[in-house]
Amino acid sequence: MNNKIIKYVISDLLRNRTILFYTLVLLALSLSIFLMEDNTDKGIASMLQLVLFVVPLVCIVFSTIYLYNSTEFIALLVSQPLKRQRIWLSIFIGLAVAMAFAFFVGVGIPTFIFAYSLSGVTLVIGGLLLSLIFVSIAMWTAVRIRDKSKGIGLAIILWLYFALIFDAMLLFILFQFADYPIEKMMIAVSMLNPIDISRILILLEIDLSAMMGYTGAIFRDFFGTHIGMLITWLVMFLWTALPLLFATRYFKKKDL
Amino acid sequence: MKNFLFFILITCVYSCMVVGTTRAATIHVGKQHAISSIIRAIAKAKNGDTIMVHGGLYQEENILITKSLSLIGIDHPVIDAQKKHESVSIEANHVTIKGFTIKNSGHSSIKDIAAIKVYNGRHVSIQNNILDNNFFGIYLQNAKNCHIENNRLKTYGETERLVGNGIHAWKSDSITILNNEIAGHRDGIYLEFVTHTQVDRNVAQNNLRYGLHFMFSHDNQYHYNTFKANGAGVAVMYTQRVRMEHNIFEENWGDATYGLLLKDITDSHIQHNTFVRNTTGIFMEGSNRVQIQQNSFENNGWAIKIFTSCMHNTLSRNTFIQNTFDVATNGGKMTNTFTGNYWDNYEGYDLNKDGIGDVPHHPVSLFSMLVERYPAAMLLFRSFMVTLFDRSEKMIPSLTPENLKDEEPLMKPAT
Repeated sequence: MNNKIIKYVISDLLRNRTILFYTLVLLALSLSIFLMEDNTDKGIASMLQLVLFVVPLVCIVFSTIYLYNSTEFIALLVSQPLKRQRIWLSIFIGLAVAMAFAFFVGVGIPTFIFAYSLSGVTLVIGGLLLSLIFVSIAMWTAVRIRDKSKGIGLAIILWLYFALIFDAMLLFILFQFADYPIEKMMIAVSMLNPIDISRILILLEIDLSAMMGYTGAIFRDFFGTHIGMLITWLVMFLWTALPLLFATRYFKKKDL
Repeated sequence: MKNFLFFILITCVYSCMVVGTTRAATIHVGKQHAISSIIRAIAKAKNGDTIMVHGGLYQEENILITKSLSLIGIDHPVIDAQKKHESVSIEANHVTIKGFTIKNSGHSSIKDIAAIKVYNGRHVSIQNNILDNNFFGIYLQNAKNCHIENNRLKTYGETERLVGNGIHAWKSDSITILNNEIAGHRDGIYLEFVTHTQVDRNVAQNNLRYGLHFMFSHDNQYHYNTFKANGAGVAVMYTQRVRMEHNIFEENWGDATYGLLLKDITDSHIQHNTFVRNTTGIFMEGSNRVQIQQNSFENNGWAIKIFTSCMHNTLSRNTFIQNTFDVATNGGKMTNTFTGNYWDNYEGYDLNKDGIGDVPHHPVSLFSMLVERYPAAMLLFRSFMVTLFDRSEKMIPSLTPENLKDEEPLMKPAT
């Protein structure tokens, strides 16, 4: 990693109008949600929709576009006596810090002011991790596909898959196999989607009473234990690390 | 002369009455007194006597009371049955047991052994006792006009089989159960074939099964009780004309756990109660003509689960705030009336500003129907996909019961 590149990417991004706009929109939405809703748990529930929907979309699409736009800059860096791995990771850190910062200002600070509770903290941490994960996924799509429009298209499709299609498929599987004890399998399958993991973690906070019911108990037995939590956070970490790892390995050999 | 005779007669009557009252003796029991055994004191006593038991430990056989006596404990004398037998058995009318600590009653899987058991008693009063580590606590069998007040009951069994009920009444009438605290028993208060009874201001918490459990107990009233964190909440069955008012049902969590389970309850009133953080606030099955009014449901998993076997119930002026699901049901036909409730997720408007929403509210969401059929679907709750389904269902209802709706939803919670 190279500090200069990280600094450059961050300062470049923080001056970027899209990032500023993203921060302000998040801030406006969170403030309006918290000011209109006097019940904080209900506010968190509304914030959940916002975080799970908007954050992955902006992170993946914006990062992809940014990477395509800086193709020439990257080519220039590669011509310098720098390791490719360092260049790539520095760009990732720059992007990740900028997106996480925007999210923290837009959602984190209002949440801490208006709803400083376990559910609020879970929401903010979940959102931060989602930012990192979707930046990481964007790094992979951008490096694999040379064509800009195709790359952005893939980013949007991936977002659609994680935000909507995956849950629809899960629901379909659920209906098909409702007669079988599939609860444990459902937990395993939901691990394949970082958005679902974040959602369930927050669900266990704000819908605690319902989660104490029959199936809730199964989920609680998993997510409520230390090992379950450890596995969950490990999976979230893997979701950040693995796409980045694949992207870096591909970038090292890529013919620019 | 006539007057004088009358005077003598009056004097005779009065002196007889005075003698009558002085005949009710007081017997003291304790280490410093002539009698140190409660059983011997009872043997000596006559109807109407008072036995004052002074502080200390009394490890005796089963204390059987067959006369109308008042047993009054001073400085909470401890009656320890050493896990062998029933502590106090009452087989007489007009008995008072006051101010004792009774512990370690026997256990049995055949007989219902209790700390204090009343057999066919009338006007028995049990007050200010501490009952600790007993099988059953206070057991009334075929009793009438009894009074149970200010007792603290606690026991420590691990499973339902190993503990009895806190206050258990069977085939009794006109019982008053006031201000008791019951913890750790199987059922906090259990009533079977008990009528015209008043159950007020009791606290039942952390009992293994139900906080309150009654069956075939008509015309009873329950006011200002608190039922908290009991193994399976509160269950009431096969009963008519019940009044439940101002009770608190709290933190009854679990799969088959209900804040209040109503099974075959008819012509009853459930009003001004508070249901907070229960997995299911009210579960209704086969219950008819119940008035559920002005209750408050907050932070429950399911505020009300109402089955289609319930008919002609009225739910009005209730407040629903921050429940995961407000109403769930298992079918389409519904003859129950929901009117004038406050729903925090009502999305309508009030143009004429009369405090009543202009658009009916459908409290049953598509997803709550799905979860009823496929419990595992709960994992997808609050997913964007599910929200989308719910929205489209609200526009064009197909699966949710069309006629389960509140025509006059309140814009603000009823006070």
